[in-house]
Amino acid sequence: MFEILEKVRLNDQIIYMTLKAPLIAKKAKAGQFVIIRTDKLAERIPLTIFDSDKINGTIDIVYQKVGAATYKLSEKNKGDFIEDVLGPLGKASELQGYNKVALISGGVGIATLYPMAKALYQNGCKTDIILGFRTKELIIFQDKLKEFARCLNVVTDDGSNGNKGFVTDVLKQKIETGENYDAVISVGPIPMMKAVCDITKKYNIRSIVSMTAIMIDGTGMCGGCRLNVGGKIKFACIDGPDFDGHKVDFDEAMNRNRMFKNEEDYAREKYCNLFGGEVI
Amino acid sequence: MINKSKEKEAMPTQKYADRIKNFDEVELGYDEKAAVKEANRCLSCKSKPCVSGCPVGVDIPGFINKVKTGDFKVAFDIVSKSSPFPEICGRVCPQEKQCEKFCVRRKTGESVAIGNLERFVSDCFESSNKNDVVVNNSKYKNYKIAVVGSGPSGLTCALELAKKGFDVTVFEALHEFGGVLAYGIPKFRLPKKILNNAINKLKSHNVKLINNCLVGSTVTIDELLEKGYSAVYISSGAGLPKLMNIKGEELSGVYCANEFLTRINLMNAQNAEYDTPLTQLGNVVVIGGGNVAIDAARCAKRVTAGEVTIMYRRGEDEMPARLSEINHAKEENIKFEFLKNPVEFIGDDSGTIKGLKYQNMTYSDLDKSGRKSVVALSDEIHKLSADTIIIAIGSGINSVISQSTPDLECDEFGKIIIKNGFTRTSKPLVYAGGDAVIGAATVILAIDSGKKAALEISKDLCEGLRQ
Repeated sequence: MFEILEKVRLNDQIIYMTLKAPLIAKKAKAGQFVIIRTDKLAERIPLTIFDSDKINGTIDIVYQKVGAATYKLSEKNKGDFIEDVLGPLGKASELQGYNKVALISGGVGIATLYPMAKALYQNGCKTDIILGFRTKELIIFQDKLKEFARCLNVVTDDGSNGNKGFVTDVLKQKIETGENYDAVISVGPIPMMKAVCDITKKYNIRSIVSMTAIMIDGTGMCGGCRLNVGGKIKFACIDGPDFDGHKVDFDEAMNRNRMFKNEEDYAREKYCNLFGGEVI
Repeated sequence: MINKSKEKEAMPTQKYADRIKNFDEVELGYDEKAAVKEANRCLSCKSKPCVSGCPVGVDIPGFINKVKTGDFKVAFDIVSKSSPFPEICGRVCPQEKQCEKFCVRRKTGESVAIGNLERFVSDCFESSNKNDVVVNNSKYKNYKIAVVGSGPSGLTCALELAKKGFDVTVFEALHEFGGVLAYGIPKFRLPKKILNNAINKLKSHNVKLINNCLVGSTVTIDELLEKGYSAVYISSGAGLPKLMNIKGEELSGVYCANEFLTRINLMNAQNAEYDTPLTQLGNVVVIGGGNVAIDAARCAKRVTAGEVTIMYRRGEDEMPARLSEINHAKEENIKFEFLKNPVEFIGDDSGTIKGLKYQNMTYSDLDKSGRKSVVALSDEIHKLSADTIIIAIGSGINSVISQSTPDLECDEFGKIIIKNGFTRTSKPLVYAGGDAVIGAATVILAIDSGKKAALEISKDLCEGLRQ
């Protein structure tokens, strides 16, 4: 059992939790994730490790209420316990040896981007961070990421924060005005990562993406998270989650992520009704 | 008196119309009368050919003789001497390929039902088994041993070492213990109660069980040794699913058998009370011919109202699956398509599976392993429609441990190489066995490795050979 030491609602959809997990905290590196099973009836779901504290033996997770499992987790409060937390899982991000990197994210993907930005910045890398949100109210971690950014751009789809646009527009502009990045890292919705990779391919810039997939065990056993990377089958859980963005078949990944859509829709409604919440 | 019946005493089973609606055990076990009657078919051959077919060398005629006379407890004790979990082996061993294969009665009929008898004697006593002496004051109690993985091999090694008095801790990555016995083998074949009995046996011998710990990541082998473990036994299994590498494998509705079985056996997806989802299965095609394929097909049958078909590229007599499970599958109206091999999975515009293309196969020359190889009969392509496809063509070795343990030598397939004896690896104080060494095999071979590891570990630590 793993105790919830802190819980903060970052906005309507996104929740931040600190969990007591000393063994995981000791090992966690940027890019890695945990599998969480909230209670004995719950699903096992992968969630990025946002941050970790070796001394206090804690890990932080940030997640969006998108389905039944995250909804259930969001019903837990400070002082409650989570049944199972397994990790750290996945390969740590390779963040050594870069001089200048652009980091791009949107929505809850920022939970994965944050530890990468932190590690790169602490390695002395010049980090340009570009974040995109639907609207101003959904902006998260702007101040936290500012700390680890040489330059931070935040754009919204509706322009409500005064910066209307898409992350890809900003990236393109930066590249065209002469920023020569060693790599572009993107984490977020698949269409966003795909659009970023289309740009980096054009300019021949190394592109790293962090893939989220359907997983059960998270240790290479179930095969649910398989992806097509450069024509080869890779498992997001043990071969990733980071991959060369120019090799990932994003359309295929998007389709696989929809495999349980009907069941997920049903379960989400069931939970929302159960807890009297709103269907997100 | 010898029972001259050419056929085995029939195993009572749930009626198939009932059982395809539940996950309760299919085989109900012999009663005393049936067991004694079946035992009397044994000729008590002096040469004991059956024993030579048993990987752990159970004294088969010895225990069967005691069943004949109704001394079931003595029979159970004889089995238990060689097999730590006879209640599991009696249920999952492919006896027709092992002990029963060598039974003299096969010359004129069916072999003695050794597996059914093993199950009978262990079911009589297993749950109330308090006879093992728990050693508290042993010279070994200061030796801490780490066992990696709680599948059949790990459970065996842990139990055997604990019986000697070692301080044993088992590390399991999943939330439940049992490895393939928990996530792979369905409850209608191995009820949860039987697995729990095995786990409880370990607990009663003071074995510590730690779940949610992926050795190689949460903690490495080297860290275990640094933390004061005197030896580590790696029994992490062969859990990495193999894929066919054909077009359409990525389609929605195509499962690896491990995922499908885990959703059902470990996560209870078929039970509305549990959150883990399962897609609407419709008509299901399972690819493969081993136990995993049969298990997946029979699980599917219990969940879907559609048809379930097993497609195997070889013939029926070459199926590696346990014979009685093949027969149960047939009774459950699962269709078999032999000598057929998929070449492509077909999807609709939304990327969802709708069927497969296959070729008919035929036998060709012997391959390197001496097994007949199969080749396509012609270029002709046939089609079969399906709403779900489950790939059950075997599994390989996970690299999590080897990648985090650079001085542990593995072969090109990721199998851990044994350097000395049966379980000693290239790394001092590190032992390995089960599927992680031999590749995907049977529960009984995994148990055998676990026993050998326990012997080698205690021998080495006692004699200081490896220190």
